[in-house]
Amino acid sequence: MSEAGAAVLEVKDLKTVFETGLGAVHAVNSVSFDLMPGELLGVVGESGSGKSVTMMSLIGLLGSTSAIVDGAHVNFDGKDLLKVSEDELRAVRGAGIGFVFQDPMTSLNPVFTVGFQLMEPLRNHMGLSKSAARMRAAELLDLVGIADATRRLSDYPHQFSGGMRQRVMIAMALACDPKVLIADEPTTALDVTIQAQILELMKELRNKIGMAIIWITHDLGVIAGIADRVMVMYGGQIVEQAPVNELFQNPQHPYTRALLKTVPNIRGGRAERLRVIEGQPPIMFSSPRQCTYHTRCTHAFERCLKFDPDRLKIGEGHDVACFWDPVTGEPRDE
Amino acid sequence: MLTYTIRRLLLAIPTLIAISLIIFLLLDLAPSDPTANLPLTIPPDVREKIRQSLGLGDPIYIRYLLWCKQFFVNEPLNMLEQWFGWDIGGDRLRVLSWQTRSPVVDLIVQRMPQTLWVVGMSYVVGVLIALPIGIISAYRQYSWFDQVGTFVSMVGFSVPTFFTGVLVIVIFSVWLGWFPSIYDTTHQVTDWQSFLFQIKQMIMPVAVLALFNAAQISRFMRASMLDNLNQDYVRTARAKGMRERTVVLVHVLRNSLIPVVTVIALGVPQIFGGAIITEQVFKVNGLGQLLIISIQGGDLPTVQTLTFIFAVLIILFNLVADVLYGVLDPRIRYD
Repeated sequence: MSEAGAAVLEVKDLKTVFETGLGAVHAVNSVSFDLMPGELLGVVGESGSGKSVTMMSLIGLLGSTSAIVDGAHVNFDGKDLLKVSEDELRAVRGAGIGFVFQDPMTSLNPVFTVGFQLMEPLRNHMGLSKSAARMRAAELLDLVGIADATRRLSDYPHQFSGGMRQRVMIAMALACDPKVLIADEPTTALDVTIQAQILELMKELRNKIGMAIIWITHDLGVIAGIADRVMVMYGGQIVEQAPVNELFQNPQHPYTRALLKTVPNIRGGRAERLRVIEGQPPIMFSSPRQCTYHTRCTHAFERCLKFDPDRLKIGEGHDVACFWDPVTGEPRDE
Repeated sequence: MLTYTIRRLLLAIPTLIAISLIIFLLLDLAPSDPTANLPLTIPPDVREKIRQSLGLGDPIYIRYLLWCKQFFVNEPLNMLEQWFGWDIGGDRLRVLSWQTRSPVVDLIVQRMPQTLWVVGMSYVVGVLIALPIGIISAYRQYSWFDQVGTFVSMVGFSVPTFFTGVLVIVIFSVWLGWFPSIYDTTHQVTDWQSFLFQIKQMIMPVAVLALFNAAQISRFMRASMLDNLNQDYVRTARAKGMRERTVVLVHVLRNSLIPVVTVIALGVPQIFGGAIITEQVFKVNGLGQLLIISIQGGDLPTVQTLTFIFAVLIILFNLVADVLYGVLDPRIRYD
């Protein structure tokens, strides 16, 4: 779906640094990507690879913590989100860009009714009256497949199951017809059958409403089933980016290849030992001056320790940040 | 909720009977003598007669049941007579103070206003300053405001009122002469001038006690806010684009108030108990002072009755705290 139109979200050189007691931690390092209208972009990587922080940084959700967000620009809706005032940014949050978080059990406020929480963004951003907001809230609950929506508006979150709460969260994110929906591991905390239901729901809603979705996950199976395009993140950088089929058929980066090998295969003949990638993702106390993956990479060589690889375009919509060429099994030319 | 409340109230009856018995037995063990404060010239056999006339010769269970009858039957009937002007008739003996020979309930009614004005006001003031301090301290954790608030709380919490009380008397009454050092209970508020005097004489005891109360409650408020500020639902509220004010004062505050309201409700019986020490320091003759005088004078009926009323209030406000918890937190239902 990556037709050459104007991107709905355009991120260039985003950097996020956390000031911690141990020193500055560089969580996001020069991340650049575009999101096309209606596209579903999957973002994969291990815990700590900077997936969530990147998305929270775009929209100023890291809040009053000691995070410093910097970058060339984050263009959305004709505005540079890195330069606008806090009030303008707030107007984008929940209205232009919706969020769904990982844990539906704790993401809803326990002491307010679901109706109240759904109506909040409607009244805040769209200026609806109380009764109009209530009507719209019931419509939204209905849209995400909650039966008897009008009555359930006056229920509290604890009266909903985990999957139902995630539906409520999705309804809340969709409340003001956002152009972009950022879903941060929305199915991770749910059990497998509920996961499948939520995935179906998101596909359906996407076709109905047509917003662009950024789907953060560490589950490659989910990505294969739902995404148009995939970004693989490691050490706060995008190490590979490709259309979904291309990525699964022709993975280039050693990290992507290793990740794909960690997925268990049901159809395999003899049971093989499940592969793991040895080691941990690095904690970055400086901006990268070498390849962040070299400590765990089986192909690392001299150049990987001296330079941080730039993203190299190797095909239609496919780029990779690596000095090693899996086709020849040799280092790429300098 | 109603059935729950009724069940709890019914359960309170055996609890209170047990408490009254324990208080009675404990006081009976106390080595006090109601005639000890009488002049030394009274010969021992007369003293013995006085003791007998107070009923001290009777077996303990007779004395306990007599108190029960006086307190649970005679006093309520008497109150009904007074309030509604009925004439129930009958010769009823009320709970009498051994020291003053006047009914204990009348003594309590006389002294209640002083205690409520001074101690009650200090509680209200304490809560009113503690809540905003707790909220701001938590929101701006480790800021200079939080540091100052923490320091003042620690001082208010750890320095006893008999020290701060005397300190403010020395500074504001002795050196500066702004406020009277003794609380005048006979003072009547009739006009603007006397109202100002009432305010003036209340300022010091109220301030001393309010500091103590605020220190405690602001710490609770701060801790509770900190617990909630990092919750996932706060991030959700921000992600919805709510104003920071709304996020903190609606979403976070409503959750944080649940435990704090419980703490505040549980503290209310202490108001009626009077601040014994502070009332002594400022010579406020409230309930706390009445209790101390009665203990010193071996006035067992007064001590028994006062202590029992405190027990009733504690049980009552425990119930109030539980019911409020259920009202504030939709996850708690008592049915």
